[in-house]
Amino acid sequence: MDCHFLLLPPMLTAHALRKTLPGTPPRVLFDTLELQVGAGECVAIVGESGSGKSTLLNCLAGLEPVDGGRIEVGGQRIEGLDEDAMARLRRSAYGFVFQAFHILPHLSLAQNVALPLWLLKTDDKEADARARTMLTRVGLGTRADDPPHELSGGEMQRVAIARALVHRPRLVLADEPTGNLDPVRASDVLDLLLEQIRDSEAAGVLVTHSRVAARRADRVLELGVQGLVDITERA
Amino acid sequence: MSATLHRLFLASLLRRRLATALSLFAIALGVALGLAVQLIHSAAIDEFGRGMRLIAGEADLQLVGARDGFDEAIYPVLAARAEVAEASPVLVIQARLPGREDALEIHGVDLFRLARVQPMLLPRAAAAADAADTRFAALQPDNIFLSDEARAHLSESQQLESGEFAAPALRGGELVLQSGVRSFALRVAGEVPAASASLAVMDIAGAQQHFDRIGVLSRIDLKLAAGVSAQMARQSLATLLPPGLSLRVPEAAASELSTLSRAYRVNLTMLAAIALLTGGFLVFSTQLLSVVRRRREFALLRALGMERRQLLRGLLAEGAAVGLAGGLLGVALGHGLAAAAFKFVGGDLGAGFFRGTQPQLQFDAMLVVGYLLLGIAAGVIGTWLPAREASRVAPARALKAGEGEYAGLPQVRGGWRPGVGLLVIAGLACILPPLNDIPIGGYGAVALTLAAAVLLLPTIARGVLPVLRRGRALSWRLAHARLSATPGQAVVAGAGVVASVALAAAMAIMVSSFRVSVDDWLAQVLPADLYVRASVSSGSGYLDGDALARIAAVPGVATVDTTRQVNLRISDEEPLFTVLARPVRGNWGLPLIAGSSERPARVNAADAAGEIDADLPPAWISEATADRRQIGVGDRLTLPLGGQLRHFIVAGIWRDYARQHGAALIESADYVALTGDQRINDAAISLAPGSDAATVAAALRADFGAEHLSIALPGEIRALSLQIFDRTFLITYLMEAVTVMIGLFGIATTFAALATTREGEFGMLRHLGFTRADIGRLIAIEGALTASLGVIAGLLAGAAIAWILIEIVNRQSFHWSMDLAVPWGALALFASSLIVLAALVARLAGARAMQRSAALAVKADW
Repeated sequence: MDCHFLLLPPMLTAHALRKTLPGTPPRVLFDTLELQVGAGECVAIVGESGSGKSTLLNCLAGLEPVDGGRIEVGGQRIEGLDEDAMARLRRSAYGFVFQAFHILPHLSLAQNVALPLWLLKTDDKEADARARTMLTRVGLGTRADDPPHELSGGEMQRVAIARALVHRPRLVLADEPTGNLDPVRASDVLDLLLEQIRDSEAAGVLVTHSRVAARRADRVLELGVQGLVDITERA
Repeated sequence: MSATLHRLFLASLLRRRLATALSLFAIALGVALGLAVQLIHSAAIDEFGRGMRLIAGEADLQLVGARDGFDEAIYPVLAARAEVAEASPVLVIQARLPGREDALEIHGVDLFRLARVQPMLLPRAAAAADAADTRFAALQPDNIFLSDEARAHLSESQQLESGEFAAPALRGGELVLQSGVRSFALRVAGEVPAASASLAVMDIAGAQQHFDRIGVLSRIDLKLAAGVSAQMARQSLATLLPPGLSLRVPEAAASELSTLSRAYRVNLTMLAAIALLTGGFLVFSTQLLSVVRRRREFALLRALGMERRQLLRGLLAEGAAVGLAGGLLGVALGHGLAAAAFKFVGGDLGAGFFRGTQPQLQFDAMLVVGYLLLGIAAGVIGTWLPAREASRVAPARALKAGEGEYAGLPQVRGGWRPGVGLLVIAGLACILPPLNDIPIGGYGAVALTLAAAVLLLPTIARGVLPVLRRGRALSWRLAHARLSATPGQAVVAGAGVVASVALAAAMAIMVSSFRVSVDDWLAQVLPADLYVRASVSSGSGYLDGDALARIAAVPGVATVDTTRQVNLRISDEEPLFTVLARPVRGNWGLPLIAGSSERPARVNAADAAGEIDADLPPAWISEATADRRQIGVGDRLTLPLGGQLRHFIVAGIWRDYARQHGAALIESADYVALTGDQRINDAAISLAPGSDAATVAAALRADFGAEHLSIALPGEIRALSLQIFDRTFLITYLMEAVTVMIGLFGIATTFAALATTREGEFGMLRHLGFTRADIGRLIAIEGALTASLGVIAGLLAGAAIAWILIEIVNRQSFHWSMDLAVPWGALALFASSLIVLAALVARLAGARAMQRSAALAVKADW
């Protein structure tokens, strides 16, 4: 395993995270959760359905509040940021890959990929050039001007990966990125995602049901009430 | 289909409560407006007809003529005929009440004939000390009998337009009336117990004497001999009648009135139809989007075994339910509107056709069922296309995850051809002649232009959107890209805007052109410094030679011009025709659009063959007369004047906005020579240099008595006329406001529905770093852009429709021409406000999508 990321300060740090779901009595999803992910490192989080994997991802993205603990992304604490400040931070520091792709049908592939750059007010020409480079990196360079409806599911997810990384985020969060794909395509897409995250020296957190997918990550962590347990060796 | 499945469809309506409520409301408004117009009109006509039946009593036929009456010499001729069992002569006087603004309708009757023909009008004398007094009271020339309604009305003081109060006309058992420019009193000797309207009855000889109408009758009511039909009698008696008189059944009066108001009424009904149409559009857009949203639900149902037909029926039932609910609400609202209109505007819808009637709102089951069906039809027709679209969905494909939410939106690539084709047909429809005075071709062209504008929306979008591509802001860019990629959305959301903007713009241009033209016209027809009249043209007040001499003698008066106005009966079918007799000097106050104030040198060949045409006196006809009779300058005009047919040569055509059924103007001297009638209705005074209008008016009031004359400055008449004009168009403005509201509802429902289908997109954008405000801005810009496209198409269509309204609809229904005056400022303000409003409305409608958790939204599969 390439462990160069262990030498660098972590891109993502979660310390003593606590999240409960409302109810009587409130249900504890996780407590005193600790997580550190370095630049270029990819961590897979697995767990039973309902164990709170997606909730953890949302907490890391600042889309759901935590009930206790601290989250730092690239050295910046995010809990306590208001909604707009968090949105601005997500623009520059985060990349996302969704199970349902969420590619905008009315934009070309290059425009879809350039979206995060537009949000960062990057110069139009530069944004276009970077989007095209990124599409080439995911193998769709020749189709940059096509509309998305002609793509297969696997190709859509490639576009989503390009969009997640085009603005060089510090953290990439992926929720079941291969959930809608057949095993062969899933494997290809996963390889591409991990490769791109490592090349961009971002930190990657991947939530998945699939042990096969999880095994490709640098570490595999299982989420339970007591927090994350490293099961890399067992997975 | 099972009840459970029905519930499945109807439950969907309840799930999208806002959209359902808005479509329902739009249909309700369309139904309500249409129904209210009908209800108001039929109640007013009913009321008028009831009044006419009461007055006509048991008469089979009525002899009628000019409004001012006819020579009573015909009476003995008719009464002696075998076909006639009884003939009852009547003189109807619109008696002016000195100092007041209302009038009293007095029926001068022959008591003995009355008892046999119109028993409902029989007066009953109040008990008197002397029994003989009571018996002969109705024969006394100074006695008058009042209906309960008239007595109540006349015993009250009246608030004048000036705000002052006029004293009650009935004081101490005496009623003060005016004839010419003098007052006299009649004794109120009893009542007319069976009469339900506001009227008075007196002896005919007394009426002729007091109102200076000796030898004149207004009507002769005939009861025919046993076995003689009205048709037979009309034929056999027609030859006896001098020109200008006609025999007709009593019901004809109501239908004549109905004809008078028909064009106005049809116009209002058309406006209501457009409101209903817009409601149908709204159902279409909400159903379409709901179908898109429920694509997978339908695919699942189909996969589970639901037949295509069942799905179609279920969806149509949804539309019918909305239509029925909207129809029911509309029926209730329509009755409410009609009741409110009776209370605040009167039965004439503000147009002045039924002044004086007090109609009662009636429930008409057929009418209600008809409008309910219209509401249901709007719902079902609006749902038809979306339902067909949904039933054609291939279940396997729609069930596949990742299927885009736009898959169901109709890909309206819409070439320009169908739209342009419709415009061509609209152009051809404009050439069609009117049917029964109703410009069907014009209305057809309006509908076709609207439809063409909607069809051309994608073409307009393709033309306009590239121009707007320059925007740099991300929200702008995304909104622009989305709209460019899905012109179908522009059609769905913008159709309502197109319809409402087109209608509002067309009406604004038409009304502004009309108002400017009327204002110019008023300035032209009112060239004098001061106007004096004793009463309205058909009233009992008038000026005569003596009065004119007194006016001319008032210091400060330079010249006095006079106008005599009479209403003639040209034929049995046509409404009354107006003849104005006044001096025509060098175009003075005559808004000519053809010919000149001089007698034409050359008469038309066809008429020139006539033996004496060269010596015929000139007449100047209004546009309506020229249109209706298809005559022009140099042609011959024939009028029944003084009991004979008189011929004139048309010397010119003038614009007349006051009389839509035709008028002709002839020289005073010619009129007096032909009829011997010396009465004057209006005197137009030119002041001597340095004189003051107020001083002259004060002197006139002092001489004649202020209560006997109405004196007005041209400015006052102009202001009052424009005030009446504005009131006439009040209901039009109201309807415009309603259609604009419906258009905005269209934006609201579309965006509410779109926002829910786009929760995933918005969730993704939030993940990428969009704030809620950014999303709000995106939706607002999309709303504004969609509305802009609708506004552009609507303004273009509106300009075309305005042209159709001015050149076709108005020409054919009212025979008025007008000069085009586009209210640029108002239109620009209206268009920009609508775009801003659309942005706000879209933003509000999309609020729910913005509130949803971004984390959940990206998870949502459907």
